[in-house]
Amino acid sequence: MLRRIIAILIKEFLQLKRDRTARLRLIAPPVIQLIVFGYAATFEVFGVGTVVLDQDRSQESRELIARFTSSARFDVVRVAADAEAVRTVIDRGDAVLALVIHAGFSELLEKGQTASLQVIVDGTNSNSALIALGYVSQIAAVYSRDYVAAASQRLGMPSARAPIEVALETRNWYNDNLNSRWFFVPGVIATLTMFMVVNLTSFAIVREREVGTLEQIMVTPASSSEFILGKTVPFFLIGCAEVVLVSAVALLWFKVPFRGNPLVMTLGTSLFLLSALGLGMLVSTICKTQQQAFATNFFVLNPLFTLSGFAFPISSMPEPLQWLTVVDPLRYFLIVVRGTFLKGVGLAELWPHFAAMALIGTVLLGFSVLRLRKSLD
Amino acid sequence: MNANRVMAIARKEFLQVWRDPRSLAIALLMPLMQMFLLGYGVSLDIRNIPLCVFDQEGSQHSEALLQHFRASRYFEVAQPVHTYAALRHAIDAGKCRLAIVVPYRFSQDLSVLGRSSVQAIADATDSNTATLAVGYAQAVLNAFASDVEIRWSGPQRDTLRPQPLAVESRVWFNEELESRNFIIPGLVAMIMALVGALLTSLTLSREWERGTMELLISTPVTGTELMVGKLLPYFSIGLVDATVCVLLAVFWFDVPFRGQPVTLFVTTFLFLTVVLGIGYAISASIRSQVGASQVALMLTMLPTAMLSGFTFPIDQMPRLIQGITYLVYGRYYVSILKAIFLKGSGLGDLVLPIGCLLAYALVIAAIASRQFRKSVE
Repeated sequence: MLRRIIAILIKEFLQLKRDRTARLRLIAPPVIQLIVFGYAATFEVFGVGTVVLDQDRSQESRELIARFTSSARFDVVRVAADAEAVRTVIDRGDAVLALVIHAGFSELLEKGQTASLQVIVDGTNSNSALIALGYVSQIAAVYSRDYVAAASQRLGMPSARAPIEVALETRNWYNDNLNSRWFFVPGVIATLTMFMVVNLTSFAIVREREVGTLEQIMVTPASSSEFILGKTVPFFLIGCAEVVLVSAVALLWFKVPFRGNPLVMTLGTSLFLLSALGLGMLVSTICKTQQQAFATNFFVLNPLFTLSGFAFPISSMPEPLQWLTVVDPLRYFLIVVRGTFLKGVGLAELWPHFAAMALIGTVLLGFSVLRLRKSLD
Repeated sequence: MNANRVMAIARKEFLQVWRDPRSLAIALLMPLMQMFLLGYGVSLDIRNIPLCVFDQEGSQHSEALLQHFRASRYFEVAQPVHTYAALRHAIDAGKCRLAIVVPYRFSQDLSVLGRSSVQAIADATDSNTATLAVGYAQAVLNAFASDVEIRWSGPQRDTLRPQPLAVESRVWFNEELESRNFIIPGLVAMIMALVGALLTSLTLSREWERGTMELLISTPVTGTELMVGKLLPYFSIGLVDATVCVLLAVFWFDVPFRGQPVTLFVTTFLFLTVVLGIGYAISASIRSQVGASQVALMLTMLPTAMLSGFTFPIDQMPRLIQGITYLVYGRYYVSILKAIFLKGSGLGDLVLPIGCLLAYALVIAAIASRQFRKSVE
């Protein structure tokens, strides 16, 4: 039996070896994709294009604007002459944020009243807008504090007490610099692996069927389970190699820390590959032609990817949709990959996710093997 | 170009699609399903962040503070923990994203000094969520502080020093800062990019694999005629899909539509030409269906998701990657759709992206029509 499985394995690898472009497709694109996407995927906000309209032209207003100019978060690209100019700049998308200081700003400050800084933000990208507004408030708060300190020093004594304040001392665990690349690069590893393995597996069997070589295999002494093993093992190995290759790029190129245990990662990868193989096999039992397999892959992989928590937090989804994500193996693998890379956690914390992947993998593989055997025998 | 021959090819291709109801169903129903599923799932708005609380003090004040957190829709307060070890475990296992520690001296500091602090420990693996969560936590603390202020000082509030600087912010185009409003137009582009590639990227490799290519070559059809004929039926399917997606976005998901339908039609027409052309070019240059599918998957799904500005803002990417995004055709359509939907831009405002899309369409058409050579080797 082992000999027959090995024979099929050899056939599969020979097929791969003879196809030079196929080999190239396995190695170059994942590495290139990881590098490009690793740089592209960021939610950090730096250098927000800012337009300034200063109608007060006082020392105070200039000092306030200087704080924005010197911050890496903002990039003052334009100084507007009037409100109309501000509108055009934002409408055309040359800047996404406008700071407007009305005339009388410094007078209000001197009288000890509240002066206002008007901020207009292009909310098209709500996430960046929200974060940028947060930075504006921070700068404004520091300005306020400094202004009060300077004023009370000038006058000798504080004239009134400060309002009650509760401060937040924040510790950012696992990623103290809030580097969003550390979050996304491990995610890209998981995603690339899933795409490749599901696609390859589903095509492998459908192609034999469509080209007609499936009949040839059926007349060989290999049993259906031997055939299935011989068909899946190569993709399992390819998947493992893929993870190692891309992880190496993540560690060496992007310098993402790996704080966990490589064995935990290996176990997680194996369980994940099991479900990816199962998914690919399931597609191949449903589809008659490669065209159908291709379409099914596209449309199964896209929701699996988008709803996995790769970029969009699952906790923000509506309840029924959160329930749907329970069957998404990528969801669990992302937690495992990020957990082992960044958090350095082990089986004690990750076991529920391992169990979920094992369950999904077993169900998918078991079901598709049963279906496939029926059609083979 | 001979219209008769083009129509003959188009007729044949149309029949082929028609007689494969499964593929047709996928092409027509899947965009609908994806819009529904992903339209609900894609959101960067933070809600229900799992929060765990370590209240070291257990006083009336700390309880009042926790009440503020419970009332906030941004947080979902889990079971309280009573030790640092339990807190660490809750974060390690991903049970909570943010932990708030109320120190022993909380009330004392509050009443004696008028200012106090609490500690926030954020799971910064997901740096974006962490940043936003900390921002919301600070807002909850501010609300708590002003509550205390009102209760304590009562009528003597005028002895308070007013805040010197207040930020007045206004959000344009997406007034509620709903991430759905900017992600759903992008989602339409993403789904259209997938559908387009899906429809055409196997169309020629299938002929090669099935051996019908030789038959095609022996007919008098030219490269351009073949391309136009093959693309016509898919073009009509694509238009139906685009209409369905846009209608869902506007009428189901209530994304504001401020532009002109004409603008949308013209740009969609161009975009479809590009995506179908790309798929066709892939299938013309790679003769095996697996290969073509791998390349199509690699060139369409992930690049559109990552590099088009659909999720990640392009202006935050490194320069080199920003350069690469110009090659991603989804980029132009995503920016066009966002502008038409939210800003109400007309054809005049969109000259640049439309021009790029047009140039792209022409180049692709030129390449694709030449890929078809009248020789078997």
